[in-house]
Amino acid sequence: MQDSFFFQAFVYLAAAVISVPIAKRLGLGSVLGYLLAGIIIGPFILGLIGQEGQDVMHFAEFGVVMMLFLIGLELQPSLLWKLRGPILGMGGVQVGMTAVTLMIIGIFTGLAWQTALAIGLTLALSSTAIALQTLNEKGLMKTGGGQSSFSVLLFQDIAVIPILAILPVLAIDDFASMAAPSDVHHSSSIVSGLPIWLQTTVVLAVVAGIILAGKYIMTPCFRWIAKTRLREIFTAAALLLVVGTTLLMTQVGLSPALGTFLAGVVLAGSEYRHELETDVEPFKGLLLGLFFIAVGASIDFNIIVDSPVLIFSLVLVLMLVKFLVLFIIGKFFKLGLDNNLLFAFALAQGGEFAFVLFSFALQSNVIDTNIANTLIAIVALSMALTPLFMLVNEKLLQPRFGLREESERESDDMDEKNKIIIAGFGRMGVITGRFLQAHGEQATYLDTNPDNVDLLRKMGLKVFYGDSSRRDLLQAAGAEEAKIIIIAVDDPEKTLEIIDTVQKHFPHLKIFARTKGWNDSYEVLEKGVDNIYRETLDTSLRLAADALCSLGYRRYTTHRAIKTFRRHDERYVRELAKMKHDEKALIRGAKERIEDLESLLSIEFENVGKDKDLGWDSTTLRDEYGKQVRDD
Amino acid sequence: MRTLILFAHPLLQKSHVNIHLIEGLNSIEGITFHDLYQKYPEFDIDVKREQQLLLEHDVIIFHHPFFWYSAPAIIKEWIDLVLEHDWAYGAKGNSLKGKYLFNFITAGGGAKAYCSDGYNQYTVREFLKPIEQTACLCKMTYLPPFIVFGTHSIKEEEVRDYRERYIKILKLIRDDKINFDELAGHEIMNDVTL
Repeated sequence: MQDSFFFQAFVYLAAAVISVPIAKRLGLGSVLGYLLAGIIIGPFILGLIGQEGQDVMHFAEFGVVMMLFLIGLELQPSLLWKLRGPILGMGGVQVGMTAVTLMIIGIFTGLAWQTALAIGLTLALSSTAIALQTLNEKGLMKTGGGQSSFSVLLFQDIAVIPILAILPVLAIDDFASMAAPSDVHHSSSIVSGLPIWLQTTVVLAVVAGIILAGKYIMTPCFRWIAKTRLREIFTAAALLLVVGTTLLMTQVGLSPALGTFLAGVVLAGSEYRHELETDVEPFKGLLLGLFFIAVGASIDFNIIVDSPVLIFSLVLVLMLVKFLVLFIIGKFFKLGLDNNLLFAFALAQGGEFAFVLFSFALQSNVIDTNIANTLIAIVALSMALTPLFMLVNEKLLQPRFGLREESERESDDMDEKNKIIIAGFGRMGVITGRFLQAHGEQATYLDTNPDNVDLLRKMGLKVFYGDSSRRDLLQAAGAEEAKIIIIAVDDPEKTLEIIDTVQKHFPHLKIFARTKGWNDSYEVLEKGVDNIYRETLDTSLRLAADALCSLGYRRYTTHRAIKTFRRHDERYVRELAKMKHDEKALIRGAKERIEDLESLLSIEFENVGKDKDLGWDSTTLRDEYGKQVRDD
Repeated sequence: MRTLILFAHPLLQKSHVNIHLIEGLNSIEGITFHDLYQKYPEFDIDVKREQQLLLEHDVIIFHHPFFWYSAPAIIKEWIDLVLEHDWAYGAKGNSLKGKYLFNFITAGGGAKAYCSDGYNQYTVREFLKPIEQTACLCKMTYLPPFIVFGTHSIKEEEVRDYRERYIKILKLIRDDKINFDELAGHEIMNDVTL
């Protein structure tokens, strides 16, 4: 029973569903919730999962890969280029300084310098999963501290590659007898047997391949898939992209996270970006959750119980060293105190790379089993403590300094932050959009027709593919920050769906809706949307006016008549919408109003003198003053 | 000389006097009849086009009913938009320099109503001061207005007389047979012996 897949799935899901909401409610954040769930169902407490936790963790690390893909999607290449300073500068200094400091401490405690260096390098890396997920959840990604954390983590992802290359060189003969030399984690790489220059060439070629494919092949592929109008196939394609990139990167010995991140950045400018985001997001969330549970479950409490003082003091030393190094770097790079604290707390832990690197170091005879197990426990503990420390920082430290930087800063760089969203970029949306754009109001456009999206993008407009009645897609399009949504889709049913979604999830958005005729207008009005625009009303009236003018009617008068007609017609629709449920009353009401309007207009046009309502008509003046003038 | 008539009546179909007065003006050689309300029913005045028209003519006439001692709204809009600084006025605005401007007005009240003793208290010329000064600022010569009085009770033959006189003046201007200096000295153009 315990081995069945469904039982496993049940345990993990139940743990997540129960503990995460509780943790959230207590203000602890989801990461801590998952970790606690893992500890509870792990071997030390409930024993619902055993050693397979390690395998689950390796599998769930894929969540980190997906997260990097999503982060890449949000990062325009130009912004990445702008971040090159912090990535290389802060990242390089952080890895170097932390590694050296930890190495020196290691040597002082009696470790061989090779072992100390390997440990220093490995522990210098932080946990992308924990740090970014926590920052994301708190909405702090776009603050100076968040951006710095991201830059450093990105550098660490790159640094893993040389570290993997260095580790075998550090082998110590004493350990050789203790470890099995084969089946090294990254030995599956097909390039490992090749000479260095060829390896480098292959790696560069793959990276170039990803960029080129992303730029020139993926978008047409997505368009082709989107045309099938089968959402699950699009989701499958999105997952295929991430999985494929991961496979390719592992084959050439690069970090999969780095590869998918790159793929994400290349696709950041694509019209399918929001759709990709919304499709991959839930998988990422679940896998990351799984990963955190696995981390929790894999904490070896036996080691801790055996020597609690040693373990906890080591954890504290590790976190203190990392924290101080980060804090100094933050100061040097002129982060404000609040951002600097955030930055230092977010990254002051060992990372998931440590699990891989330590087992690799073990196999490469750089460290021994005892040290490796102790260090893995330390890393897991430091990861588990991070959300707690960040909570302390948020609740106790930050308010004390009262320096909180506006978290909205730099937000323009990261995401769509337009004030207007236009759903449906067809005949009506195009004109509306062009007019807004002419006023410098860039809107975010959403459309479900792949050909249309493609064409409009070629014209240089920011159009995204996707169904606007989906909450997640609207969210990705920036509905939280937008002020207005213009619903210009062709299908009245879809219009109503979008209105429902918007009113339910983004009630702050002001809705402007296109309608077809009276009937669908009633339904939109009934939902409380007053800004309705019947697609043919104005054009039909202008046509009629021009026709009248060609018969000799005065232009200015017919122009005024258009306005009168439209004003009354708009009022009638709103009045009739209230009678919508009484069909008889509705028909009678409509008939009366049509007649009223016609007679009103004919009075203005034909009935010389009577019921005049225009000051320019001098008929009554003539009646009153005519005689008097004569008499003058 | 070429004459541009800027005509403005928002409800021409009910103005029997004006319908008759403007009849056939368009076909007189050397005269451009420009119906503003017909051309710009949405008040979307094409400034460049209007300026071009002004450049092509020597004499400008605002032909309009005397609504509330002034011109209908579109004339004001036209003045506001077309007479641009540095084009029509200002140190560099010399485009209209040397041209002539006058009003051709249809007024409901009789001539006697427009004097200090009349119920309108002021003369038409006094009411037209803003336009006179506008012409002056644009370095144009303002000519006395031609006024069709008493349209509330006007008889058909009187309208016919006014029209003949109007056309006669237009033709004299076209053929350069009018002395503008002498004309400028009059209070209103109605007095001028032709």
